[in-house]
Amino acid sequence: MKVLLRNPRREVEFTGSRSVDRLLDELQLSREAHLVIRNGTLVPGDAVLGDDDQIEVRPVISGGAG
Amino acid sequence: MTAVGSKCRVCKAPAVIDLPRHNAKFCAEHLQQLCRRQMAKAIDDFEMFSTDDRILVAVSGGKDSLAVWDMLIEAGYQADGLYIGLGIGEYSTDSGGYVRRFADERGLHLQTIDLRDDYGYDVPTAARATGRVPCSACGLSKRRLFDQAALDGGYDVVVTGHNLDDEAAVLFGNTLRWDIDYLARQMPVLPAANGFPKKAKPLIRLTEREMAAWCLVRGIDYVVEECPIAAGNRHLSYKESLNAVEAKSPGAKASFYLGFLERMAPLLAGLSAAAAGDLNECERCGSPTTGDVCAFCRLVEKSSAHEPVPVEMVLTRGRRR
Repeated sequence: MKVLLRNPRREVEFTGSRSVDRLLDELQLSREAHLVIRNGTLVPGDAVLGDDDQIEVRPVISGGAG
Repeated sequence: MTAVGSKCRVCKAPAVIDLPRHNAKFCAEHLQQLCRRQMAKAIDDFEMFSTDDRILVAVSGGKDSLAVWDMLIEAGYQADGLYIGLGIGEYSTDSGGYVRRFADERGLHLQTIDLRDDYGYDVPTAARATGRVPCSACGLSKRRLFDQAALDGGYDVVVTGHNLDDEAAVLFGNTLRWDIDYLARQMPVLPAANGFPKKAKPLIRLTEREMAAWCLVRGIDYVVEECPIAAGNRHLSYKESLNAVEAKSPGAKASFYLGFLERMAPLLAGLSAAAAGDLNECERCGSPTTGDVCAFCRLVEKSSAHEPVPVEMVLTRGRRR
């Protein structure tokens, strides 16, 4: 699966299905600070991501006043 | 394989998000219901404003300010937007584009100010010219211009998109320093006083993650990239620390900040009034100030006379704020 990461914007490839939570663990990213979008739709931590999915891991932390 | 995840706690439809602090998962519709209820409770609990009030929303192009504008309009409030172009390179160009598209698509009234065009400086230049860290120059400019626009436009209240994570991080920093003056003033509503407009933060019961999710399920495009100057600042490190605690103890951030408001802030209320002290009118612009000339007028004077500074020049100076 192709995984888009932000700040800085880059793409990484993973092989084999895995849950959202496992993906974030492998990327060493905080669940509290990220959302995961699969094929354009927000998905929860136990959703299973497949090889053909387009994934975006979106950080949600911002530096100040919104 | 793209197996469906778990179900919404309310309706059993496929969930789009898990919120450990509520020990629940929600579908898009019930995530929105949760957000609406939390904002309404904050507005009600702190008597922030009513549907009769004219609201000026400080919009940056980020998720929180666009979300709060969207939520206020949806809830029937009279809310206009004000965007300030800060001159932070491509980041500001992109941010302004998101704000204008949001307003245009919804037929909302948006006022814009451009620091360079209207005041002869930008944030990188102000940081260099005044010796302030960039976030300080930025914050001073925004506070002053939002206040002035609200007063000039006859608005009843200025609304900002500060969320639970923002407020918990500020509280964390103020507590680490036991900064009593700042602790006493860290309230979700500041009444109009001494020449300042009323200010309110309706998102204090909602996290950044919930606000980003609101934008996603509502189809709101916002600037995802972080401000290049803010990267690595102290405020962000406080958020990371609090998120590490939250991961072990879901609900810790809400307990920390909302508990402060409920049990500690009342004890500090008298100190807040005393700390406000006597204010003069700035001899140049008439704004409230403790001196003869306000900090904003001094910043404009120095910055507008300074050679423009590209954003890249201040990136390494902005590591500690």
